[in-house]
Amino acid sequence: MSTTFIISLLLGLSIAGYFFGYRRSITLASPIGGVKNLHSRPAYYGMLVALWCGLPTFIIFLVWQSLEPSIISSLMIADLPLDYQNLPKNQLGLIINDIKNLATGNIVAGEKNAIMHAAANHYVQLQILSKWIKGGALLVLGLITLIIVCRRITPEQRARNHVEKIIRIVLFCCSTIAILTTLGIILSVLFESIRFFKAVPITDFLFGLKWSPQTAIRADQVGSSGAFGAVPVFIGTMMISAIALFIAVPIGLMSAIYLSEYAGKKFRTIAKPLLEILAGIPTVVYGFFAALSVAPFIRQTGGLLGLDVSSESALAAGLVMGIMIIPFVSSLSDDVINAVPQSLRDGSYALGATRSETIRNVVVPAALPGIIGGILLAASRAIGETMIVVMAAGLSARLTANPLETVTTITVQIVTLLVGDQEFDSPKTLAAFALGLLLFVATLILNVIALVVVRKYREQYE
Amino acid sequence: MESIMDIEGATLADNISMTLEQQAMASDQEAIKKKTIVSREDRRTVGEIYTEDPRMTCRNVNVHYGDNHAIIDANIDIGRNEVLAMIGPSGCGKSTFLRCLNRMNDTVEGCRVTGEITLDGQDIHGKNIDVVPLRAQIGMVFQKPNPFPKSIFDNVAYGPKIHGLASNKSDLEEIVETSLQKAGLWEEVKDRLNLPGTGLSGGQQQRLCIARAIAVSPEVILMDEPCSALDPIATARIEELIAELRKQYSIVIVTHSMQQAARVSGRTAYFHLGDLIEVGETERVFTNPRHQLTEDYITGRFG
Repeated sequence: MSTTFIISLLLGLSIAGYFFGYRRSITLASPIGGVKNLHSRPAYYGMLVALWCGLPTFIIFLVWQSLEPSIISSLMIADLPLDYQNLPKNQLGLIINDIKNLATGNIVAGEKNAIMHAAANHYVQLQILSKWIKGGALLVLGLITLIIVCRRITPEQRARNHVEKIIRIVLFCCSTIAILTTLGIILSVLFESIRFFKAVPITDFLFGLKWSPQTAIRADQVGSSGAFGAVPVFIGTMMISAIALFIAVPIGLMSAIYLSEYAGKKFRTIAKPLLEILAGIPTVVYGFFAALSVAPFIRQTGGLLGLDVSSESALAAGLVMGIMIIPFVSSLSDDVINAVPQSLRDGSYALGATRSETIRNVVVPAALPGIIGGILLAASRAIGETMIVVMAAGLSARLTANPLETVTTITVQIVTLLVGDQEFDSPKTLAAFALGLLLFVATLILNVIALVVVRKYREQYE
Repeated sequence: MESIMDIEGATLADNISMTLEQQAMASDQEAIKKKTIVSREDRRTVGEIYTEDPRMTCRNVNVHYGDNHAIIDANIDIGRNEVLAMIGPSGCGKSTFLRCLNRMNDTVEGCRVTGEITLDGQDIHGKNIDVVPLRAQIGMVFQKPNPFPKSIFDNVAYGPKIHGLASNKSDLEEIVETSLQKAGLWEEVKDRLNLPGTGLSGGQQQRLCIARAIAVSPEVILMDEPCSALDPIATARIEELIAELRKQYSIVIVTHSMQQAARVSGRTAYFHLGDLIEVGETERVFTNPRHQLTEDYITGRFG
């Protein structure tokens, strides 16, 4: 009995439950003068049966599914000879892995013997048994609930209220999943970072001016001086994001204002989708555009002006990133500007304000929360962007304020730290988690600042 | 358009088939009114179109929305310090006509205004006329209160600021205070000028909008059903305010309430399906209408 079969069985049972409930409510309704004398519409009685039949069995199925492997493993271990059971923990783990591989027919690392074969057979048997018990138990449970709920249907039963309540609970559970996932990610990053901070003091990480993430294998190794100062990387991120926003915010905002306030209908219907295409271009394409077209161009122009520009520069990456995030600013701003009621514009025009005065003093302030939202979204895209920076801004973590030099960003460093073979307990690898935490805290602070700004300057209409 | 008008007129006449008794009563009334009543089919304006000392004059004004002929050959004067009420059934063009007076229809796509409208003898569509100072001279109050999402002070200060009427902060404060006083709102809001205007009640918001219009010292104030979203008490306050403001400004008010027109206005204009039907002293129009359509409307036969 495979998992998909069990799931489709339960689903079928639910659907059958719906029809039984539906039919039963109609049968009950006929002697008392038709469906209109039932408390709820027949569909709600059907839903009630379907939900009661489907939800508990599904929950039990999930719980069973998550507990099954560990229970079967421990049952199998309990059946092993005592001298195996008394082995040290990691050796026992290896043997269990071997047995599991044997059972599924994979390649086995250690030597095989009769005990292991027997254990593997036992393991397979346990698995099959579990599947049959699971399928049978769920089917019986589903049938029992179906019959019970079906029998309890009466014309006075408040099926609608009941169903609405169940739906509310289901929706609540769905919304908590997103929150719990976020929480889980934060906690895992936090714990790994704490491990990192045990190896490298947090002050060295936050205030160190040198980023050179090597750890020595031997004490006398050449170039073993690991330095985990996040400042150059952080400054690199901030500089590139600032350049990108410097490009994207004015261009995006002004194009939004033009599109919503000045442009004709025809131009708008063509221009808006075209602008949004910018957001759909893969970042890799932007990356080689930045590396192969923009960066050489900047270097040549800089050369003409007598400036020393490196072939990979923060400016090139920032410029292209700015182009990339224009649609985030323009599209969202356009929507919120359009949402400002026409009556406010009329009021301003009637006082003799020109179009630009009206936009400056009435429309934009009223649309400010949405505009800030768009800018924030663009900023978080810029901070999190990796590919363009890898290709166009370089990898060397240099502490500089000059946008013409090569810099690197937090995301790029995380990538380089985790690419390739890694040992998961060296500070070098753990540094990636600390950088991730830093990034998370930075964007969080940005969000809070934006929230405060919006609350202070928002002009709420209606 | 012309043919549609004919059909409309004919069906109207057909629909109002009176019983003999009613006809007898009606003919009695007509006899009292010296038999000057104009039939429904005649759409030329009757009554006193002109005033002795007009502030605004409108001659042969036509408005088209695309193919729709919304105002047909309207002629009317707006006198100094008078309140002119514009009444008529929904869709008759009274709001459209009002919006012609300060060229608010400029912002409406597909709207075309022809004819001559003058303010103090100058054509408001003239080449040398800029719409910005024009709209400062002719203020407007809308149907739904539309205070800006700013503080009460900034709402009133908005106009003076963009027109540079105040040279310093104390000037501006003075303008705001006198405007709010004229609008009868000062006592209620003087302690909370920094709170948002949108937090006021509906009636207060509408008085704030009037204060906002007054702040740029206009000559004419246009009001587009200013009380339709307000309760009777707030309406009464606005009406008192109109009586007060009449001393300084010319006021044109569009209203659906004939009682309101009778209470606040000196002259009344009746619009019907894009035609200006009758103009005259308010009392005369309401007691002794000279056009059959006006009589139909004010006696509640339709509209």
